[in-house]
Amino acid sequence: MIRDITIGQYYQTDSVLHRLDPRVKLLGTLVYLVSLFCFHNPAGYAVALLFLILCIRLSHVPFGYMIKGMKSIMFILMITILFNLFLTSGTVLVSFWKITITVEGLKLAITMALRLCMLIIGASLMTLTTTPNHLTDGLEKGLRFLKVIKMPVHEIAMMMAIALRFIPILLEETDKIMKAQLARGADFESGGLVRRARAMVPLLVPLFVSAFRRANDLAMAMEARCYRGGDGRTKMKPLIYAGRDYAAYIILLAYLVISIFLGRWSVMTELLTSL
Amino acid sequence: MDIVKAKDLVFEYIRRDEEGNVEGISTAVDHVSLQVAQGDFVAILGHNGSGKSTLAKHLNAILYPTEGTVWVDGKDTSAEENLWTVRQNVGMVFQNPDNQIIGQVVEEDVGFGPENLGVPTKEIWERVEESLRAVGMYEHRKHSPNRLSGGQKQRVSIAGVLAMHPKCIVLDEPTAMLDPSGRREVIRAVRGLNDVEGITVILITHYMEEVIHADKIFVMDKGQLVMEGTPKEIFSRVERLKELRLDVPQVTLLAHELRKKGLPIPEGILERKELVEALRNLK
Amino acid sequence: MAIIVDHVNYIYGQDTEQAVHALQDINLQIPDGQFIGIIGHTGSGKSTLVQHLNGLLKATSGSIYYNGQDIYDEGYNLKDLRSHVGLVFQYPEHQLFEVDVFSDVCFGPKNLGLSKKEVELRAFDALRQVGFPEELFYTSPFDLSGGQKRRVAIAGVLAMKPDVLILDEPTAGLDPKGREDILDMVKRLQQESGMTILLVSHSMDDVAEYVDRILVMDHGRVVFDDVPRQVFSHVEELEEMHLAAPQVTYILRDLKKAGIEVDENATTVDEAASTILQAFGKK
Repeated sequence: MIRDITIGQYYQTDSVLHRLDPRVKLLGTLVYLVSLFCFHNPAGYAVALLFLILCIRLSHVPFGYMIKGMKSIMFILMITILFNLFLTSGTVLVSFWKITITVEGLKLAITMALRLCMLIIGASLMTLTTTPNHLTDGLEKGLRFLKVIKMPVHEIAMMMAIALRFIPILLEETDKIMKAQLARGADFESGGLVRRARAMVPLLVPLFVSAFRRANDLAMAMEARCYRGGDGRTKMKPLIYAGRDYAAYIILLAYLVISIFLGRWSVMTELLTSL
Repeated sequence: MDIVKAKDLVFEYIRRDEEGNVEGISTAVDHVSLQVAQGDFVAILGHNGSGKSTLAKHLNAILYPTEGTVWVDGKDTSAEENLWTVRQNVGMVFQNPDNQIIGQVVEEDVGFGPENLGVPTKEIWERVEESLRAVGMYEHRKHSPNRLSGGQKQRVSIAGVLAMHPKCIVLDEPTAMLDPSGRREVIRAVRGLNDVEGITVILITHYMEEVIHADKIFVMDKGQLVMEGTPKEIFSRVERLKELRLDVPQVTLLAHELRKKGLPIPEGILERKELVEALRNLK
Repeated sequence: MAIIVDHVNYIYGQDTEQAVHALQDINLQIPDGQFIGIIGHTGSGKSTLVQHLNGLLKATSGSIYYNGQDIYDEGYNLKDLRSHVGLVFQYPEHQLFEVDVFSDVCFGPKNLGLSKKEVELRAFDALRQVGFPEELFYTSPFDLSGGQKRRVAIAGVLAMKPDVLILDEPTAGLDPKGREDILDMVKRLQQESGMTILLVSHSMDDVAEYVDRILVMDHGRVVFDDVPRQVFSHVEELEEMHLAAPQVTYILRDLKKAGIEVDENATTVDEAASTILQAFGKK
C-alpha cells in the first residue's frame, strides 16, 4: 500500500534536466512555486503553463508516468474543486435543488485546480529527475551558508541520505513481522479504531527494536570507517557547475523577471481600473 | 613485525538493572595476550558469548581495554591521537550486511571511507574501482545495495574497507547470516585479499570449514584464549573442541571416529583428499 | 492425508515487468507425523512454498487442501488454519514484543479466543517443550541470549498447539552448539508429540541426520522428493544447484572410486564410520 504512492519517484532516463546540478533544480522549483502565487491573470497562468510544458518536454519523463503518480492526490484535488465550485457566492450561473453554482465559483474552481496541478507537477518534476543522493548533496551544498547560524547542514543531509537508504529495508521488515504475527493468529483488520490501534503493538514494538538495533550497528560501522562529521571530508562526486547550469540560471532569471512584470502589470491594471 | 599485538587485555562492562542500578560487573575479555604477524591469515574461533567479538572491537578502537594494552602497527589504541590512524589501518567488516552499507549505490558506499579520510576526488575513484575489482563486484558498481544477495553485500562491505587501504582487515562473523554459496563467495574474496594483496586477515567465525587454510587459529572461551596453533594442531584435539561447544569438520570427525575404533589414521585430518589417501594406504 | 498441494503456481508481482514465477506447478502430499526437510538455496522458492501452507500467501493458480478441505474455498477460516499449521519464520526472535517471556508466548493462544486459564496452561506447556528454564519466565525477552530468544519464539507458535509445525531456517545465525540444541529439540518434539514437521534449511548437514524425507527445491520447482540417502546420491545435480551433499558422502564416493568397498549412500558420520570399518574388516 505504501509502495503504491509513486508521486515524484525518480524516473531513470537521460535528459538535460537529469544532468542539471541539483542546486539549480532546487532553486528553480522554489522560484516556480512562488511565481504560481504571484499571478492573478490569464497571461500569468499562460506563461507558467508554458514554462512547465517546456520543462516536462525537456525531462524526457513520460507524461503518463507523472499523471499515474498523481492518482493518490486526486481526492484532495476533487475536494478543493468542489468546495470552490459550490461555496463561492456571486452571480448565479445555475441553480438546482439546494446547489447553486456561481460564475465566480466556476472561475475560482478552474484557477485553483490549474494552480494545484501545476504546483504538484512542478514540484514532482524535481524529484522525478533527481536521485535522492543528488538531492541531499544539493541540499547540503546549497544550504551551506546556513552553517553560519550554526545549522548542522551536513548532519541533516546525512540523516536524510541514511533514512532514504533504510526506508525500503524497514518496509520489508514491517512486512515480515506482520506475517509472523499473522501466523500467531494476530488480526490487523477487524474491530474498531481502538482495537486496531492496539493490534499494532505487536507490529510496532519489534519494528522499533529492530530500527534501534540497525541504527546502533550502522553508527558503529560508520565510526569504524573513520566517519567524523562533515569537516575535512572530501567528495567522491562533488557538485560542480557546468555551462548548462549557468544557462539554466539565466533562463530562470528571465522567467522570474517576466513573472514579476506580469504580476505587477495585473496589479497596475487593477489600480488603473479602480481609478 | 606484528601488525596487531595485545597484552593482558581485559574488558569489563557494568551490568545495570532497569533503574540503572549496578547489578554486577561482567568480564567479556579476560587477560588475553596475542600477536598477529603482518600478512598472516588468522582465525578466531569460539561460540557466541565467548568474547571474540568484543576482542575484535578492540582492534579498531571501537572499544578500549579496561586493563592491558592493544597495539596496532606499534601504536597504542587507547591514546586519543592514534584513533584515526588505528581505524584506518584496521578495517572492520561486521555480521549483518544490511546494517553497514551507507551508500544507496554500490560505488558510493565504497567511496564513503576514503571520503572520510579526505582523499582527493580523483584518487577516490581509483580506489573504488580497484577495491570493487578485488572482490569481483565491479560490474555491480551502479546498483542499489538492496538488490544484491547477502554474499554480494558482504563483498561490497569488504571493498568499502579495502578502499581505505588498511594493513589489516578484521571480519566479525561475516558469513553468519549467509547461505552456503554466499559463504563461499565471501571466503574466496577474503582469501584472495590475503594471497594477492598481502593484507593481514583476522577472521572471526564459527564455521570450521572456513579456517582450515588459516596460518594460525586462536580459540576463545569465556573471555579467555584457550587454544592457539595451526589448524592441524587445533583440529587434532577433537574431544577438547567438542568440550568447547565447537563444531568439527565432518572429515576430521570421521577420521577421529575411525582412529578411535582402531584404524591407524593420523590425527588432525582436515581435507577429504587426506583422509581418502590415508585409507588407501591402509589397504 | 494432512496437506495436499495440487498444481500450485505463484507469480510474484504479476502485471508488472518484473514478474517472477516463484513457484511452478508444485504437487505434494504431506501425511501426518512426517519429518520433512525442504532444501534449496536463497530464492529457490522454499520460503514462498511454506507461506502457502498456512494461507499467508495465496497461490496464483492451483489448490491446497488441509484435511480434505480446500483452503481457498469461500468462508474457509484462515485464522483457524494458521493455528493448525504453525509457521516459525526465519529469525523469529524479531517478532517478540511483550514485556516478559510468558506474556509473549501467551499472544498466540490468546488470539484463538481461549480462556485465560487455558492460555496460560498452553504457554507453560510450550515453554517446557522447548526446554526454556522456568526461572526466566518473567524476564524481558530482549535480555535473553540469541538461542534462548529463538526458543521463546518457537514456543510462541507451539502454544497454539498446531498439528503441523513449519520452521523456516530455525538455526540461521546460531553457533554450532546452538544449532545442534535447536535441531535436537525439534526432533524430540516430533517424537514426543507426533507433530508433522517441515524444516526449511540450506544446510544439508543439518537436515541429513534428522529428517525422514527431503524435498529439494530449485527455481520454484521441487526437483527431488525422497528419503535422504536417495536424494544425496544425486551429488552432481545437487552441485549444479549450488547445494552440496554432506561431506561424508563425497568421502565415501572417493573411497569407492579408489576401490574400497563401502556403502556410498551413507549420509551421517556414524553411518560412514561403520561402513568404512566394515570394509576394513573391523567391528
